[in-house]
Amino acid sequence: MAVKGVIKKGEYYDSVALMLVAREATKLNGVEDAALMIGTKENKSILESSGLLIEEFKGASESDLLIAVKAKDELLAITAIQKVEELLKTKNLGSRESEEYMPKSLEGALEILPDANMVIVSVAGRYAAREAMKALEHGLHVMIFSDNVPKDKAFEVKKYGREHGLLVMGPDCGTAIINGAPLGFANVVNRGDIGIVSAAGTGLQEVSCIISNAGGGISQGIGTGGIDVKKDYQGMSFLTGLEALIDDPETKVITLVSKPPHPEVLEKIGEILKKTDKPVVAAFLGADPELVKKIGAIPAKDLEHASLLAVSISKGISMEDFEKEIGRKDGELKELASQLARKLTGEQKYFRGLFQGGTLVYETQVLLKDILGGINSNAPLDPSLKLEDSWKSVGHTAVDLGEDEFTVGRPHPQIDFELRNKRILNEANDPTVAIIYLDVVIGYGTNPNPAEELTPVIKKAREISNAIIIATVTGTDKDPQDKAKLISMLKDAGAVVFERNASATRLAGYILKSIGG
Amino acid sequence: MLANELFKKELKVINIGLLSFKESLDKEGVKTIQIDWKPPATEDEETLDALKKLLGNK
Repeated sequence: MAVKGVIKKGEYYDSVALMLVAREATKLNGVEDAALMIGTKENKSILESSGLLIEEFKGASESDLLIAVKAKDELLAITAIQKVEELLKTKNLGSRESEEYMPKSLEGALEILPDANMVIVSVAGRYAAREAMKALEHGLHVMIFSDNVPKDKAFEVKKYGREHGLLVMGPDCGTAIINGAPLGFANVVNRGDIGIVSAAGTGLQEVSCIISNAGGGISQGIGTGGIDVKKDYQGMSFLTGLEALIDDPETKVITLVSKPPHPEVLEKIGEILKKTDKPVVAAFLGADPELVKKIGAIPAKDLEHASLLAVSISKGISMEDFEKEIGRKDGELKELASQLARKLTGEQKYFRGLFQGGTLVYETQVLLKDILGGINSNAPLDPSLKLEDSWKSVGHTAVDLGEDEFTVGRPHPQIDFELRNKRILNEANDPTVAIIYLDVVIGYGTNPNPAEELTPVIKKAREISNAIIIATVTGTDKDPQDKAKLISMLKDAGAVVFERNASATRLAGYILKSIGG
Repeated sequence: MLANELFKKELKVINIGLLSFKESLDKEGVKTIQIDWKPPATEDEETLDALKKLLGNK
């Protein structure tokens, strides 16, 4: 076995482009492993743990690209590196052959597009605030997709936005829908009169999709990033977004989505709600409904409930009818649960949730809490339930694969399915597992071929184990992936498929209840 | 431009970072310009801030 590497000085590529080339490289003749990474300290330690850190890499800097290949022999490794360099040329985003001219600065971009009004920033966290601040100083709204933005810098940009009436969506804002346009990881939804402010990225995707699939439509979907509703940031982005929706004549119903905001932030939201007659539905997952009522909002139990409540108000249908619909579905779920539970052996008793969506893993834990008494997680509701090792499930487990320990040096799990696919097979090999639970979040920004990535693994898992595989798909028929085909392929592979995480979780809960989970 | 004024305008985007976000917006017919971004030559944020102050910039 031989490991070879080269350093490309001062070359910059985005992480998705690098992942795609690394994947192609591992398929080359004789290649066992390959990595393309920017020379950060974290990336060097990842390379080291994979046995790909050659001596020369140790002196590389953050503006260098490192290419490493492990192959059967030296010649194959060298040949593979040459091939990787050729592949990179075709992916070189700033290449001179590119048809479209790319300015090097914000000022340059504004010369070409002087009436630009939104800037999306997804560069590495340490640089993101600087780019965002430049945009704000030009009077532009920003979406900061980047995470790991230093706290003081994040505060500065949010404060500037709040003081100048500009949207600062982020940092760590994965999703937004502005004027019908999907920004970041977002779905193509119907336009309509329901406005959303969300401090939860996948929460915004889930709610906008359920609303759209249920015949409602979205006016605006404003993301804020999860940290915004914490004490330190005082909901600065959330409040600006909420005020904008209150002032927007196209928005008739407002839906708020978040983990429970800090009490001071909740109070500030309440102050703003006093200024409007528009109905406001709040899915503050796990929050006391009485507190939500107190600030003048309608409490929703989960994201599905919030979405259907918003549609019912928007369409002028009674909430009772929608509640009944959920109730009827509940009966069907219970029946399905008892059918499925019968196929399990006495040894199979554990829930294993492997999530791409941070809000969905949270929602599932909230909904299963009463049934299971607690689920171990790397992002637990209660700190005492924190997994010692995120890579190993213990008892009932729900893992957020979007957490830092899984994403340093690799793209988000909604793009890169590799880690979860391996974990699915690990769970299938555990004879005590009753349910393997998966979310599949589609839409722009996410993996273009989720069915092809996931279904072979589900089939393999079904060959190994008779655990029940439940999948919930967040998406719409208008998304670039073919949602209907995805669902039918997942079903053919042997999964029980839903389009609402809350319903899918309730099914899991009823199964676990019937086997004494 | 205040946020609620933005809602009345055609969205026009400048994208700094992942090219896939621009490609999505292109498909949806949203006018988008990609910046050919590179990490700044100096990696030391504090030095850069100090330099800016010395030069009298923001």
